[in-house]
Amino acid sequence: MAVATMSRKGLSKGETRSLITGLLFVSPWLIGFLIWTLYPLLSSIFYSFTRYDLVRPPIWIGFDNFKEIFTDDPRFWTVVYNTFFYVGISVPLGVVVAFLMASLLNTKLVLRSTFRAIFYIPSIVPAVCSAMVWLFIYNNQYGVINNLLRASGQPIIPFLSSVEWAKPSLILIALWAQGTAVVIFLAALQDVPRSLYEAATVDGANAFHRFWHVTIPMCSPIILYNLVMSFIGAFQTFLMPYLLTNGGPMASTEFYAMNLYRQAFEFFRMGKACALAWIMAVIVAVLTAALFRTSGRWVFYGGGDR
Amino acid sequence: MTSATQSATSVRHTAHPGKYTTGRVMPEVLKYAILIVLAASYAFPLYWMISSALKTDPQVYRIPPVLIPNPAQWVNFANAWVSDNFTLYTFNSIFRYALPYTLFTLLSSSIVAYGFSRIRWPGRDKLFYLCIGTMLIPYTVTMVPLFIIFKQLKWTGTYLPMIIPALFGNAFFIFMLRQFFMTLPEELSEAARIDGASELGIFFRVILPLAKPALAVVALFAFMGTWNDYLGPLIYINKYQMFPLALGIQKLRNMMSQVGNAPLAYPYLMAVSTIAAAPIIIIFFFAQRTFIEGIALTGIKG
Repeated sequence: MAVATMSRKGLSKGETRSLITGLLFVSPWLIGFLIWTLYPLLSSIFYSFTRYDLVRPPIWIGFDNFKEIFTDDPRFWTVVYNTFFYVGISVPLGVVVAFLMASLLNTKLVLRSTFRAIFYIPSIVPAVCSAMVWLFIYNNQYGVINNLLRASGQPIIPFLSSVEWAKPSLILIALWAQGTAVVIFLAALQDVPRSLYEAATVDGANAFHRFWHVTIPMCSPIILYNLVMSFIGAFQTFLMPYLLTNGGPMASTEFYAMNLYRQAFEFFRMGKACALAWIMAVIVAVLTAALFRTSGRWVFYGGGDR
Repeated sequence: MTSATQSATSVRHTAHPGKYTTGRVMPEVLKYAILIVLAASYAFPLYWMISSALKTDPQVYRIPPVLIPNPAQWVNFANAWVSDNFTLYTFNSIFRYALPYTLFTLLSSSIVAYGFSRIRWPGRDKLFYLCIGTMLIPYTVTMVPLFIIFKQLKWTGTYLPMIIPALFGNAFFIFMLRQFFMTLPEELSEAARIDGASELGIFFRVILPLAKPALAVVALFAFMGTWNDYLGPLIYINKYQMFPLALGIQKLRNMMSQVGNAPLAYPYLMAVSTIAAAPIIIIFFFAQRTFIEGIALTGIKG
């Protein structure tokens, strides 16, 4: 659209040529965007108003999917509660822990790159390998923690088999596998100009003041970036609960993306799955927008290399 | 002016007392104590995976836990490997998925990134913001309609749904490469243009050779993303002969839980998991700088 209005204003010959060359270079993405993003988004709106099982052609049923989801599907509200619980704890906790870990790494330190490697590697190994190990560690009978507890006469912790423990156990894995955020924070911390700390020290600021009034404001754009990214990611958490608990016990780890996956690929209710996807998209969009709205108050842009 | 500097110096003096006073040593000790406890707990799961892979079955459950298995059961790796067709799964992971995806992504994303950075054209930046904006779209929203498209194309059961879209560039990698291309001096292109080079010629002969470090980051992340991917194959691959390693591991786990308490179940599962994780960990140690800088680049400039 931008392109069309521009050309109506009239472009010089050179500009037209560079426009054509530029568009040719980005055309793979542009075509891909139309086929693999825009068309699926639009067709998904259509499907969300249909009943579609992939075998028979889709049947238009108006708002029935949405009506069913909101009024006739108790599982939906369980799933929404589970997801908000998981997101509400794992995202803020994750960002705070990652930031504190990065701050520790940013001090004068021997073996800094070793520590950084130890914190980072869990986030890059295949998720299925992590899932197998955690399954083993959390196991009631054979897991190392419960073996030790039993040997010392303590009651075991049913990490994955009790409603109380299942969500915290999954949150712990998420905290373990967030080295990427630590590395991003560390890079941001290293970019804070030393002169600011020196100036603050001159003004009599102690370590806590420097952290609160220099470090956090200077890193706030990256904090926002990590918050948004981990929020969107956590809202769609799928693999760990799918492999470790498969939604159980008693649907306590049945999260939004899993429910959506089941509707589509286990019950073949493509229309309902699309409706669920759009409800989630709206929730995520509203909350992300709210996050950006508040960011004006606490995110500090300026200085640095921008 | 002078007095201000003097008082500043004295403040700094009191803020940083001598190196060896307890007030200075204690926080250091505390800092290392916290770091070591954190590092031990972060390292433990993967350490447990590798050490359990080298144990006999009873050793796995022994109390107190066996930290260093002796003698190490190296034979577990070989036996676990042949307990299912893991050679085929690995072949599928690499040659049907990771390599084509990585090659397609490198080519398409760098061409698009060039168009978004090295040529000036009206509307460029607006389209670029649209491109990076697509990264915010939750994947679950396009997951189902994309499946319907690929079902209609009869591509399900193959890796085409996962590798063909890579020919159209990936917003994340386009963003990364564009950031890198922007740092290359404009004079390079100008000189080539004066010599009569076409944009495609400049892209292939001037920019790409200089972009090797950035291309390495993209190749690394693309390969890792596909090697680790579980959801894509879970949705699209339905025959064992086509399984990637990730699905093969889960298949082994299911086989074991069906047999019940099959002997060596956990050592075998840990052995195969170790083999699947090993390339990633080895690549990380060889390319640590590339990893860390690549990650930092995406975050900082975002």
